Amino acid sequence: MISEQFPALIVVTPLILSFFIPVVGWWRKSLCLPIVLAALSVCMVSAVGLLNMVQQHGEIHYWLGLWEPPWGIEYVVDNFNAYIAIIVTFMALAAAIYSKRNVEQELPEHKIPTFYTLFLLNVTGLLGITVTGDAFNLYVLVEIASFSAYGLVAIGEEGALVASFRYIVMGTIGACFYLLGVGYLYAVTGSLNMADLRVLLPPLYGNSAVQTSFIFILIGLGIKVAFFPLHAWQPDAYTRAPSAVSVLISTAMAKTSAYALIRIMFSVYTVDFILHYVSMMDIISWMSAVAIIVGSIYAIQEFNLKRMLAYSSIANVGYIMLGVGLSTSTTLGLTPALMHILNHALIKGCMFMTACAFIYKAGLRDIRDFVGLGRRMPYTCLAFILASLAMIGMPPSVGFISKWYLILASIDAHNYVFVAVIFISTLLMIYYFWRVIEIMYLLPAETRPGNEITMDEAPMSMLMPGIILAVLCFAVGIAWIAGVFSPIMDAINTTFGLGGI
Amino acid sequence: MVEDVEDIVISTLSRFLIPFMQAFSLYVFAHGHGSPGGGFQGGCIMAAAFILIVIAYDFKEAKRRFSEKALLIYCCVGVFIFVGTGWLCILLGSNFLDYSILSKVLPADPVKARYYGIAMIELGVQITVMAIMLSIFLDLVTKGEHEEGLK
Amino acid sequence: MFEYFISKYNYWMYVVIILIGFYAMMAKGNFMKKLIGMSIFQWAIIFYFMSISAKKGATVHIIGGHGAHTVVNAADFVNPLPSVLMLTAIVVAVATTGITLSVIIMIFKRYGTLEEDEITTPE
Repeated sequence: MISEQFPALIVVTPLILSFFIPVVGWWRKSLCLPIVLAALSVCMVSAVGLLNMVQQHGEIHYWLGLWEPPWGIEYVVDNFNAYIAIIVTFMALAAAIYSKRNVEQELPEHKIPTFYTLFLLNVTGLLGITVTGDAFNLYVLVEIASFSAYGLVAIGEEGALVASFRYIVMGTIGACFYLLGVGYLYAVTGSLNMADLRVLLPPLYGNSAVQTSFIFILIGLGIKVAFFPLHAWQPDAYTRAPSAVSVLISTAMAKTSAYALIRIMFSVYTVDFILHYVSMMDIISWMSAVAIIVGSIYAIQEFNLKRMLAYSSIANVGYIMLGVGLSTSTTLGLTPALMHILNHALIKGCMFMTACAFIYKAGLRDIRDFVGLGRRMPYTCLAFILASLAMIGMPPSVGFISKWYLILASIDAHNYVFVAVIFISTLLMIYYFWRVIEIMYLLPAETRPGNEITMDEAPMSMLMPGIILAVLCFAVGIAWIAGVFSPIMDAINTTFGLGGI
Repeated sequence: MVEDVEDIVISTLSRFLIPFMQAFSLYVFAHGHGSPGGGFQGGCIMAAAFILIVIAYDFKEAKRRFSEKALLIYCCVGVFIFVGTGWLCILLGSNFLDYSILSKVLPADPVKARYYGIAMIELGVQITVMAIMLSIFLDLVTKGEHEEGLK
Repeated sequence: MFEYFISKYNYWMYVVIILIGFYAMMAKGNFMKKLIGMSIFQWAIIFYFMSISAKKGATVHIIGGHGAHTVVNAADFVNPLPSVLMLTAIVVAVATTGITLSVIIMIFKRYGTLEEDEITTPE
């Protein structure tokens, strides 16, 4: 009986518990983090329960207030939603466990309850984006998630305020473009429900208002997902944010925006519209190819580790959008893009955790200062090596699976330039990740007598999530090969009408 | 009781106006279903009443009535009323924000219970909006340092 | 040709206002001017939504004081849905302005200036 309420529970629990935190934090500060973990555990249970129910019963429709759509707001959960919800709750839980130590170090004491409130509000917004089935409700939840992210980024280190201001301006432009697109759709059809729009739009595909609305929504959500050339806010925001916030927004928030884009593109405007009336798939594929190369080239010239990882995120968003762009011309459908959403979340989460552990323990941001770090913090460096190998694409890690499927999709679409692009970007990634490992392990450190390098590892609450994610990078890769996720992927491709070429 | 008053005309007039503004904000909230108004609008007018205190009198008067912590508690109470009503609907067995199920606890039939449910969440919205508007204004005006007063 | 402009004047107005706000956000270097541009941009979108809800010869979307006990003809009233959606959008615009002003105040306290090219952040 409670399982019928999972779509509402997954959004409402972090919302109400996030407002418990200021009240409780005023009384006793040490209770803030347990409340966060309790809320995220409930969300995890709901997300797994949702995937279970969708696998058994098919699509779930949940009517808010028991008003029938299209007059009421509806939450629709199918395989795609449940898959993204599990990724988001898992990464949020990992970021929350990770945040215990470095929040105490980076923030003043009286701001910690406010930090956790914003954290839970961000998770509320992200989970709401994942389950909603109404276009205007999506705008409201995107804004909730974005506002908390603006506030969280502004708390960070030197230069965080200007980074947050840029993020505010660009994020607001993005959300307002999305609102304009929804406004055009409403003016033409009179409905805001996504399933209803899918039914009402096909006779109107030739209408220039509908085509313009698609472009507006694409650019608006493209700004949110940091798709080149709309990425200008991203490097500063990821670099200057506090550690736990970097982990959260680089994994959960970027993936949710990519989910929203894919959902609007394939569920509201069907494949028919995108291929025949707007012809956007080629443009998306070529822009993502440019994004992959440019992101990797930018990353090479950066010596600040977090900034390097931020530029590498731009390249990886290029991979996801390349998968989206190729999805209509290949039998694999959306599988490469969806694969890379999960895989990149694991890899980037682990890398940001290790990078921030270096900052927390040793205060080192520049990779040229990492000399001798391999012996000082062996386990953290091991996690970094595992994540780098996964990113580069060593079998059987998750990065290898993503690139393999992307290459297969490119060959299927008879476009060999993309194969070359993926190979070149892999070479560039080997360059800029290997130089970090080389400095950490292979360069001789100056040891004077009495100044030996002793092992000074990061605390357990920061180390365990990193190690677990690094191990998962390989374990999930084996799971992909074994076909554990295949029923979900097939169901998603069938829903969108892809993959049957 | 009030020292350093800027202008006797403004302070006397505002002393008349503020209770009427607060009553008007409650009127706007209560008639939100039938005329322009509702929770957000009522909350803004209520916050405007307190901002008038800050403008007409010293900042310390407003701080005497609402400290920073009190505003945060009000905001949380408002959200609890809103989401708590929705939670109550889930606990009673129906979907989130389905007020007709409240007829089990309120002495009304399902149609009237929807009306009461909307009034309850509008109350939560009003309290939260009032607290947050006032908090934003106080933060901006004092550049973040509440103890030092207006700059 | 001429009626193409005159009959759709509300759309032309909102396009002009959006472009003014967009220009202010992009071309001006002062943070306050960027904030004002962003505010103009958001209000132009609200203006667009309100303009699509209007009908010829229709009245305000409020049913009279005796309550909704009579049958109403929906064509006599202005479309109420965009007004309600724009209440939410106005709240979002207010929240954006609030948070941007807070960030601007902190920037001024930290750097002493609001010009973008005078602020140098370390690497």
